[in-house]
Amino acid sequence: MFLLLFLLIPIIAAFLLLFVKKAQTIQFIAMTSGLLSLLNAVYLLFNKTVNFDMPWLLILNSRFLLQADGVAKLLILLTAISFPAIFLATSKNERSQNNIFTALMLFTQAGLMGVFLAGDALLFYFFWELALIPVYFLCSIWGGEKRIAVTFKFFLYTFVGSLLMLIGIILVYTNTPDHSFLIQSFTKAHLTTTQSVTAFALFLIAFLIKMPIFPFHTWQPDAYEQSPTAVTMVLSAVMVKMGLYGVIRWLMPLFPAAFVAHENLIILLSIIGILYASLVAIRQDDLKKLIAYSSIAHIGLMNAALFTHNQIGVQGALIQLFSHGVNVLGLWIIADVIEQQSGTRSMKALGGLAKKQPTLAILLVGFSFANIALPLTNAFVGEFLMFNSLFQFNPWIAAAAGVSVVLAAIYTLNMVQKVAYGEVSEAISIMQGPNKNAQAVLILLLVIVFLTGVYPQPLFDVTADTLKQLFVK
Amino acid sequence: MNAIIVSTLLGVIMMFCSWVIKSAKTQRNIGLLGMLLLILANLAQLKGWWVIDIDTKGMLAFNQIGLFANMTLFILTFLYLWINGEEIDKIGNHAADYYAIFFFILCGVGILTSFDNLLMLFIGIEILSIPLYILTGADKKNLLSNEASLKYFLMGSFSTGILLLGITFIYGANGSFHLSMPMINATTHKVDEHFLMSAGLILLFAAMNFKVSAAPFHFWTPDVYDGAPTVFTSFMATIVKAAGFIAFIKVFETQREALGFTWVIILTFVIVMTLFIGNITAIFQRSVKRMLAYSSIAQAGFMLFALYGKSIFNTEALFLYIVAYSIATIGLFAVLVKMKDYSFESFNGLAKQNPGLAFLTTLFLFSLAGIPLTAGFFAKYYMLNALFTAGAGLWLLVVAIVFAACSIFYYFRLVQAMYFTPGTPSMYEMDKIYNIKLWVLAVLVILFGLFPSLLFNYLYF
Repeated sequence: MFLLLFLLIPIIAAFLLLFVKKAQTIQFIAMTSGLLSLLNAVYLLFNKTVNFDMPWLLILNSRFLLQADGVAKLLILLTAISFPAIFLATSKNERSQNNIFTALMLFTQAGLMGVFLAGDALLFYFFWELALIPVYFLCSIWGGEKRIAVTFKFFLYTFVGSLLMLIGIILVYTNTPDHSFLIQSFTKAHLTTTQSVTAFALFLIAFLIKMPIFPFHTWQPDAYEQSPTAVTMVLSAVMVKMGLYGVIRWLMPLFPAAFVAHENLIILLSIIGILYASLVAIRQDDLKKLIAYSSIAHIGLMNAALFTHNQIGVQGALIQLFSHGVNVLGLWIIADVIEQQSGTRSMKALGGLAKKQPTLAILLVGFSFANIALPLTNAFVGEFLMFNSLFQFNPWIAAAAGVSVVLAAIYTLNMVQKVAYGEVSEAISIMQGPNKNAQAVLILLLVIVFLTGVYPQPLFDVTADTLKQLFVK
Repeated sequence: MNAIIVSTLLGVIMMFCSWVIKSAKTQRNIGLLGMLLLILANLAQLKGWWVIDIDTKGMLAFNQIGLFANMTLFILTFLYLWINGEEIDKIGNHAADYYAIFFFILCGVGILTSFDNLLMLFIGIEILSIPLYILTGADKKNLLSNEASLKYFLMGSFSTGILLLGITFIYGANGSFHLSMPMINATTHKVDEHFLMSAGLILLFAAMNFKVSAAPFHFWTPDVYDGAPTVFTSFMATIVKAAGFIAFIKVFETQREALGFTWVIILTFVIVMTLFIGNITAIFQRSVKRMLAYSSIAQAGFMLFALYGKSIFNTEALFLYIVAYSIATIGLFAVLVKMKDYSFESFNGLAKQNPGLAFLTTLFLFSLAGIPLTAGFFAKYYMLNALFTAGAGLWLLVVAIVFAACSIFYYFRLVQAMYFTPGTPSMYEMDKIYNIKLWVLAVLVILFGLFPSLLFNYLYF
């Protein structure tokens, strides 16, 4: 039953928000809903999973089944952390119709939770699409100058991807022995090799678009840049994980043969994407775009590690799913504080943050270290495992991916150098410093970064059952 | 039989009603009451409570699916009349006449869902079509309406001619008008008979395509839908089109076998062509009404998928699609009718001025685009599933979804206009009750979007 709460809490709060105009009440409702979800997520972490099962579409034999294994728990925790953090950190941002904005954010949260919890393919598809709709409105109403065209491109990409996935679902569904959408029956489907490869490709494209991986990535930097920063945080911290989660939850168990047969191609695409994104990131002057491209590179590495189909690599990716979310969230919040207060995102115009705002600069350096996976930070654990598996897979691939670490250091440290050091620029000099809320959130996130970096064992424990399912037959 | 007899009687009653009753409101209420009566009469036959039984020598055969089709279309008509009643009054000064026409059309619908004989198909289509020519030209002082009516009449008669020619050929080959007669077996019969049969069926196919506005027989649709008074376009694009599809599937469910593999080729050609022309042309429209006309062509392409196989899945999918598409389209036209100007720009800023209405419009558009949580999603899902079960190649499914994605372009243009572009739309007055009626449609859209099986429960029991 408490799994259902993950959907109900944000939805009820969102409906309440439609009737509220007062800024403080909006913030109160949003935070209450966020914290309740967070409590629930923590409770879930320490509990054996209890499925929530309810008949839904009897004719199609589809059930309203919610279940959570290790990776789902971790992503639910990430979602539950992200939303209150975003609400708190961006609480001082000026927006028109703040109640609608917050309500749409909460609907997004419900959609994301649904994606991570769904144990039925049709339900999964439902939430997959539903998480997108509120984001479409959020970006198109509150986004930047080119928001409408950019968001439409984003929407269209994902929509095409999910429709392809729908065909894949139909294909597998018709071949299941008991004509059911449950993931258990999906794994038992009798598919011929051709069918299996086709369905694999159909699912894969949807996931690759969502992540995004190299040839399908063009929607992302624009969408990140044009979205209001609160939404960008959701997009890059949580939403892109939908694609990776899909690979883990659906692709790996459903089409093991096709998965192994195509690993080379996918890893190659991922590596191209990593290098390409890293190189582009070096040339960026816009803070938001830099983080966006850096995010593409990180996601690419996780995807490559998943496709090595090696226990160590998958373990690394599972942990990194959580760590990357935390790190990128921290970076976005800092970028948002800088943009809100200095009025610019251009790194040329920034400089001297360390002199003027030492606390913020320290936080920036902290998260930047996490972004380049320095030891002691959480990203180190995951990336180490992922590189390990890539090396076992093919040393050359590992070498190519390794270049990206160097590139990541170049663009991240370059960014730190330009923003934090040097002469105090005009833009920085007018900064007031982060408000208390944002600062508290950042410090908490940084604590998570170092805590899970020094002692990652809890993350291993949580994801143990997922790994067992994937690798022990 | 109940539906056919009762609707004819009601038509006659409404015709003379305007002599006795002058108040438009009373006429409207009598029309709605009649509609309820018609639904009840059909329900009585469906449940076997009370059946008017006339020996038609097997020309009409009433089965569960046909009666269910009646039920669906009558309820949709009731919704349509309930919502648009006042708008219908505003066109011309003989509201009762229009109701009479609606009942005659429904009589045609009753025949089209139950014919077992190609002559009855012809009669049904004529009874359905001729009143439509009148409705199209109902706005007598509007030249566009006149033009549309004339065009529709000329093209419609031409297609009826083709239909008749096809029926004649089939009769020549088969020696019978009956659908359930044993089919000609291509291997044992003479070559020329087989040729006649194929030619007849292809002519029939073309004529039916005209009626459901599938490409390349769609050319009349945009002009007629655009020229006709908006309330009537709503009716033509939904109930009439649906009746056409039910007749279409009825004819070709059995007869298609005579065509063999040719059937698959021509059907696929028509489907792809319809999807292509409907979707691509809709993107470039500047008037919402015309966009909806092309969207109805595009949706017809999707509905044609129901003809691909002949299992129960296809029938289910078609019914769900009809319901989902009709509810959303009736809703959209009901919003459109209140706009003073039909261009996309006239919707600018609607979300600011009237958030409720903008939300409703968005919901209807989402349903047409097939986004989950709306009826349209399951309609598309069932259709794709039926197509897949019927053994269609994967490429056809991919084509279908590519065009489904194209439809996002024009449906979302309206969403973009309403929500993201500032402006002040000029609209006619909308009272509370009208709003509530639209919300009822919205509830139906979401209800079928969550539980599509509600519809099928009635199909089987």
